[in-house]
Amino acid sequence: MSTVRLCHLYPAEMSIYADRGNIAVLRRRLEWRGMTLEVTGAGLGEPIDDTFDVYYLGGGQDRDQEVVAADLGPTKADALRSATDDGAVFLAVCGGYQLAGHGYTGVDGSRMPGIGLLDVDTVASTGPRLIGDVIIDAELDGVHRRLVGFENHAGRTSLGDVRPLGRVVHGHGNDGASGGEGATRDHIIGTYLHGPLLPKNPALADAVLGWALGHAGHDAALEPLDDALETRAHAVAASRAGVRR
Amino acid sequence: MQRIALDPMRHALAVPIARAAGTLSRRLGRGGGTALPGKVVLRLSPRAVEHLGAGLRGGTVCVSATNGKTTTCRLLAAALTCDGSALVANPAGANLMSGVAAALMAGRRGRPRPDRALFEVDEAALPEVVRQLRPHALVLMNLFRDQLDRYGELETVAAAWRRMVDDLPPQTTLVLNADDPAVADLGRRRSSVVYFGVDDPTVATREVSHASDSTRCLVCAQPLEYARVTLGHMGAWRCPSCGDARPAPTVRATRVSIDSTRGQSIEWATPRGTASATLTLPGVHNAYNATAALAAALTLGVAPAAAATAMGRAGAAFGRGERIRVHGRDLVMLLAKNPAGANTTVRTLLGDRDPLHLLVALNDRTADGQDVSWIWDVDYEPLLDHIDVLTVTGDRAHDMALRFVYAGLPRERVRVVENPSRALDAALAGVPDDRPLYVLPTYTAMLSLRAELVRRGVAREFWRDA
Repeated sequence: MSTVRLCHLYPAEMSIYADRGNIAVLRRRLEWRGMTLEVTGAGLGEPIDDTFDVYYLGGGQDRDQEVVAADLGPTKADALRSATDDGAVFLAVCGGYQLAGHGYTGVDGSRMPGIGLLDVDTVASTGPRLIGDVIIDAELDGVHRRLVGFENHAGRTSLGDVRPLGRVVHGHGNDGASGGEGATRDHIIGTYLHGPLLPKNPALADAVLGWALGHAGHDAALEPLDDALETRAHAVAASRAGVRR
Repeated sequence: MQRIALDPMRHALAVPIARAAGTLSRRLGRGGGTALPGKVVLRLSPRAVEHLGAGLRGGTVCVSATNGKTTTCRLLAAALTCDGSALVANPAGANLMSGVAAALMAGRRGRPRPDRALFEVDEAALPEVVRQLRPHALVLMNLFRDQLDRYGELETVAAAWRRMVDDLPPQTTLVLNADDPAVADLGRRRSSVVYFGVDDPTVATREVSHASDSTRCLVCAQPLEYARVTLGHMGAWRCPSCGDARPAPTVRATRVSIDSTRGQSIEWATPRGTASATLTLPGVHNAYNATAALAAALTLGVAPAAAATAMGRAGAAFGRGERIRVHGRDLVMLLAKNPAGANTTVRTLLGDRDPLHLLVALNDRTADGQDVSWIWDVDYEPLLDHIDVLTVTGDRAHDMALRFVYAGLPRERVRVVENPSRALDAALAGVPDDRPLYVLPTYTAMLSLRAELVRRGVAREFWRDA
């Protein structure tokens, strides 16, 4: 039986925006196809190796994110760099997206270091938090996909030599101005979209699983699932985004 | 100088205008007018609550928490009025500054206003309400992750409460939950504090739930240890690193015996003797609510036995464990609006040993929080083996359906009915005569389902019943 191995980074500290929903989606969509997901948690002070197929880093409270920022570099950054260079998936959501970049500068000027896997940098704004429903048009593996989600962030993220995950159709995106949301290269995805991200975006979930299975050495195409509920939930979320504001 | 002179005059004019607006709202059938006159008076006189609250000589109590405000106030109101005295209060849940202002303005012409007040206050609105009211007692019960899009992270609310407590006048008595580390910490450096807690090891669970935030020591940031967990991150906590620990509660629930989803019996030990009551409210969370109410009643001079007896006579607040007879069956409405609250509801339902008929209603309006992510932080999984029929409804019914499908419930066993009224009929149709339908709604979903039950003549409007 094919198994995908996922490393959940800091499940205790970085899991306040329903992050475990994303992992549940990956697990079930493998199981419904006769495959399995094996999840390993990696907390503070615990070194990881570079053999996982997927690495997941979610969002946390400010204080927890600071603790995690200080820990990522010493215990996990090298393995993450090596693994993603080898084609492993790195999915980084909300605070995790900020830490996947170069870092985060607070309102008080303090600096939280990131690991620089994505060429993005985030600066906290004294302006309003960017909160609300989001719709973006993304392109992954050359295929256009409309994604829906919910964003809630004070940071404004600017992109260097990396392309955004998608173009904002509705919502704020990276900085509320550039029209881009998230950032992606190779099999690394950073995004502010939660909701969580994957239940209502089954096509993205399957794209991630396709990459992960490829990394695990199983290149067979994923058989389609009954996504009627997922598709309807996606449509409802998109219509809510259109209705408000 | 000018502002001081103008303020009382503005205020004197604002009150009758605002009262008229409330009367008009009720006549037009726009609900109970529970908050509207408050909104009007605050627009005209921003410090209205300070002016209106100035005459309350019998004592003012504010109650706040993420979960349990309305129920605790209902129990506490019963205790405070058991001698026949009257109370100014906001029992219909209008708990922002406007709701407090409206309650202070309400009352019948010609009758003297009661000189004692009890308010439930939204946790974000609390610091400003407290600044204006300067309550005699402030009851703080719990802080859980809730509506991150509206309140921000838990740390933000906790920090605002800390600043509020630092500015309290010394004569304000704090009534604090010893079992919640973030709440108990607020008693540090204060002289007048009454701690309450649940001390019955038989209601403990195995571990801190996923939806908990306050699991690190507030002094030294190391992970806390628990001799037992009663609910979420609440329990007998201790920091192994710096030794900070749960303060010894003086008002303690020493025995809690829960009777399925129907209610529970509680015994308490207090500095003024023991007390006991049988409540029609199920769940450990209601043991906390009742213990908080008892501690507050004691602080205001009510004897424990009298308070407990009065609480035993108070029924559930609207939508909070409320039982409504509809089409020959019992419908039990269990408001579930954030992860910690929904977890306690799940735990309460597991007290019913028979297969469950569930209607789960998820809305995403302002009062619910527009971000429905929180349902993925709820532990619904223990319910899966107990569900007979699951119906989901509301604005985001499909999100809720996905939550159960990805938890492991087969797709064909999740029935999605977007329209709440039709969902109610569909859910009720399959319930055997001797079994209840359990309804788990978010806040606005609860209001709309209740409104439907009022239309059908089986429930009363919540502001009349409150």
